[in-house]
Amino acid sequence: MTISFGNPDRPNSYIGKTVPRPNAPRLVQGRGKYVDDIVLPRMAHVVFVRSPHAHAQIGAIDTAEASGVKGVLRIFTGAEIAAVCTPWVAVLAHLKGLKSPPQHAVAVDRTCWVGEPVAAVVATSRAAAEEAAALVEVDYTPLPAVTDMMTALDADTPVLHPEMGDNLAFRRLHEEGDVEAAFARAHKVVEAHFKTARHTGVTLEPRSILVDWNPAEGQMTAWHATQAPHMMQTVFAKHLDLPEGRVRVICDDVGGSYGIKVHVYPDEVATAAIAKIMARPVKFVADRLESFTTDIHARDHEIGARLAVDADGKILAFDIDDWTAIGAYSVYPRTSAIEGNQVVNLCGGPYDFANYRAQTSVVFQNKTPTCQYRAVGHPIAVAVTEGLVDMAAAAIGMDPVEIRRRNLYADDAYPVTSPAKMRFEGLSHHASLNKLLELMNYDALRAEQAALREKGIHRGIGIASFIELTNPSPFMYGIGGARISAQDGCTVRMDPDGSIVALSGVTEQGQGTEAMLAQIVAEGVGVPPARVRVITGDTQVTPYGGGTWASRGAGIGGEAALQSALALKASILEVAGAMLQSPADALDIRDGQVVDSATGEARMPLEELGRIVYFRGDTLPKGLPRELVQTRHFITSDYPFAFTNGVQASYLEVDTGTGEVKLLKHWCVEDCGRIINPQLVDEQIRGGIVQGLGGALYEEIHYDADGQLLNGSMADYLVPMAAEMPDMIVGHVETPTMESALGAKGAGEAGTAGAPAAVMNAINDALRPMGAQVTAMPFTPERILRAMGQIED
Amino acid sequence: MKALAGGYARARDVAHAVDLLAKADGMGRVLAGGQSLIAAMNMRLSTGDMLVDISRIDALRGVTVDGESLRIGALTRHADIGADPLVARHAPLLAQAVQHIAHAAIRNRGTIGGSLAHADPAAEFPACVLALGGTIHLQGPEGARTVAAEDFFIDIFETAIAEGEILTAITLPLAEAGEQHLLIETARRSGDYALAGLCLVKRAAGYRLSAFSVGPRPVLAVAAMERLDAGDVAGAVAALRAEIDPPGDTQASAAYRRHLAGVLLTRALHDLTGETA
Repeated sequence: MTISFGNPDRPNSYIGKTVPRPNAPRLVQGRGKYVDDIVLPRMAHVVFVRSPHAHAQIGAIDTAEASGVKGVLRIFTGAEIAAVCTPWVAVLAHLKGLKSPPQHAVAVDRTCWVGEPVAAVVATSRAAAEEAAALVEVDYTPLPAVTDMMTALDADTPVLHPEMGDNLAFRRLHEEGDVEAAFARAHKVVEAHFKTARHTGVTLEPRSILVDWNPAEGQMTAWHATQAPHMMQTVFAKHLDLPEGRVRVICDDVGGSYGIKVHVYPDEVATAAIAKIMARPVKFVADRLESFTTDIHARDHEIGARLAVDADGKILAFDIDDWTAIGAYSVYPRTSAIEGNQVVNLCGGPYDFANYRAQTSVVFQNKTPTCQYRAVGHPIAVAVTEGLVDMAAAAIGMDPVEIRRRNLYADDAYPVTSPAKMRFEGLSHHASLNKLLELMNYDALRAEQAALREKGIHRGIGIASFIELTNPSPFMYGIGGARISAQDGCTVRMDPDGSIVALSGVTEQGQGTEAMLAQIVAEGVGVPPARVRVITGDTQVTPYGGGTWASRGAGIGGEAALQSALALKASILEVAGAMLQSPADALDIRDGQVVDSATGEARMPLEELGRIVYFRGDTLPKGLPRELVQTRHFITSDYPFAFTNGVQASYLEVDTGTGEVKLLKHWCVEDCGRIINPQLVDEQIRGGIVQGLGGALYEEIHYDADGQLLNGSMADYLVPMAAEMPDMIVGHVETPTMESALGAKGAGEAGTAGAPAAVMNAINDALRPMGAQVTAMPFTPERILRAMGQIED
Repeated sequence: MKALAGGYARARDVAHAVDLLAKADGMGRVLAGGQSLIAAMNMRLSTGDMLVDISRIDALRGVTVDGESLRIGALTRHADIGADPLVARHAPLLAQAVQHIAHAAIRNRGTIGGSLAHADPAAEFPACVLALGGTIHLQGPEGARTVAAEDFFIDIFETAIAEGEILTAITLPLAEAGEQHLLIETARRSGDYALAGLCLVKRAAGYRLSAFSVGPRPVLAVAAMERLDAGDVAGAVAALRAEIDPPGDTQASAAYRRHLAGVLLTRALHDLTGETA
């Protein structure tokens, strides 16, 4: 069965339309169920004693005074947790050379960053546990801390993990063509040093977990704010020595994830270990300071980069030297080498050029571990690429649009393999750029900019083309040995009243997955979306799947839902055919009714079919299949990833007195293939842009030279807020992937990928007449004035 | 984190509050709007406090004209000051300040007395009261007394309020005819504490200028005022930059803040009088 997506008047045409989110009323009425809403009998709370040192030997731990606090049940040291919980090592076989030492749930002997758990206090209330945790006395002997990324490999820098030999976790060099020759014959070479600041995801709901261990059943149940329930099931089973089938991970409402909640956190695994030891439910909910010190960080990169162009503005070569520091451990099980690896994979991504050299160096340091966060590596690669392209345009006196037109892959070039060896099935860079220029009225904007410049008003226009990696295959993690599922499944069933229940392995983090699944299933079966109930986030109930990561929910989970829905429709019509004495292919299901497919005439409501199948099956022919439950799984196989593309533009004004940047307007045209729900896609793009704008202008985790976190609060770590956000205009080009019937690719990270580069280019466009340029994010007022030479120290 | 309070008592009136503070053995903390204190407690930056809740003492609330001065009760909330017609007429600087203070939820709870007593060097109200030459009214076990704003702010989070005293009100001179007020600041985001800010008051007798977020306490920029009175704008900018001692932190360096203060003064003068440097 196929769907004629080109016909908007087709029956049950829910795919491609904005339909209401089924979970919205529940959430806005305060009827959501987050981990912290769940209270179980005999539930205890755990609070972690966290290291105040970036690097220290752990000596004696004195719990005597803490144990006396009213309500304290038990206090655990790292060694006690290690007795029931094995350590993990986060490496992947396909990331050759990646190394990381074993990491314990609670530090044993040595602590490696400020915030690492060193003891756990369990009490009848969070307040009592906190009070006692403050009284646990740990005898620390401080060790020298490695905090500077660029000197981490120097001979006189201490080696953080002596057994690893050096502080290099991973290095990858990719070379294609003859880079040196290309630079030698270049008309112009531009070069710059870029910095992207250390960020964290700042989810509205902090990391949360409640674990119960029932020894009578030998069953562990974890209510967990996670993006990957099945992955966590494996992790708990493996490290707590349980059969996988005896671990159930339930993921109800989740208050935002952005990649933060797809990793294994020591305190969360420790909570599960403690529940098993104490045989009672134990809850851990991170507070905001804990979130800043223990949620994964990301984006802490320094990049030396250069670009060679010929006299016509054709790109001859990119040369990229990327550095990142990942904290003391590679994060389990996805590893902390992926972000640097992505920079190597993605630089130069939109452009048709021949010579490419990129290296990433990933080093250890005594800070909070870094790992994958929304748009992993993309904002870095796009900023470096697009920053250089604008510099090259300026160097040869070419308009930034024109240089892109001359270098973007032609829209009919596909399939094509990039110099980074990324395979593109079908992209639309030129169509997207043309649409963007039209939406922003580029020429008029340039004229306005010039006119205002005469009056001393400094505005800038910045453009950033980008590619985004979505719909990952096992090439991302599975081939490296991680039990991270790239396939996903959906089970769809019809109940007696004709209502449909869909159980999916992808998860809802607040982004609207359940709405997307509901409308796909509604169209696939032929019922209104309101008659579809979607269930996600329960390893004991849903088909096995990967959850939410790498913009895969719609492309992978959506296709599984569509195929299972179509299979259910076929099953229903087979029964209907027998009941109505009609060939099944002469029937259809529309709006919850079996109809004559040629005339649309109603033949039978689904309720009637349900009544017969479930209560009067005796009236149906013996041997007639009546399986009103169908399951399908989907995995991509033609391409390792479904790349999407897009282009963003920023229009802003720089206050050359104060250095402030006022964002005036932002545009994004992107191509995520088939759009299932336009509003959800637009809001993903807008939310992603906001997150990217945060990186461009505000967000930066600060540490001092000793590895102390300096800004662990919402007052000091600045996230983008509504008042500073510009109007955003979002447009689309649709190039469906041919790998699936649905044709959807991912949309969740495109906004974040391109926004920082667009803002950087716009600021530099505004500053260029003054001979100033900024390349270190975030672009604070001070950094802008310093670039202009305005600040005297 | 969960707050760890030492106790809580609600005061019926000022005398009762003073009595409760006296019995708190040095651990007494006055709770008014709670917009700084509760946040500090929730981060366990302050523990074991004996909270004396004065928020229900109606006598401490409201704005009146009292002879030649404007009297603002300590419990008057930011939002109420921003909407008060007497404030708009007699001390418009305060109304301007409200637009810069944090966010609506905080303005609905926070009180002017709390802001002055807390004495955050980045807060707007302390600098306003300083620029306007206001008077702080205190009441303690020994009775009531007043302190001039110029003598009130001592150091970061430190004021002339003695142990056991409560800030009950402020009084400000009524704006004279033709008096001009301007508050200007630069913050990273709307509602954030300023990177630097200025309060500029132009009276017949001369300028008054205070700066905030540029040192451990709001500064009355006396040297800059003198240059302004002399009509020397560039001299005033230089003097202001010289008489402040800004901190450096994760948002901006001292050098940036010093530079910014001068830029803001130039802009404030331009906005107020059309003069340019």
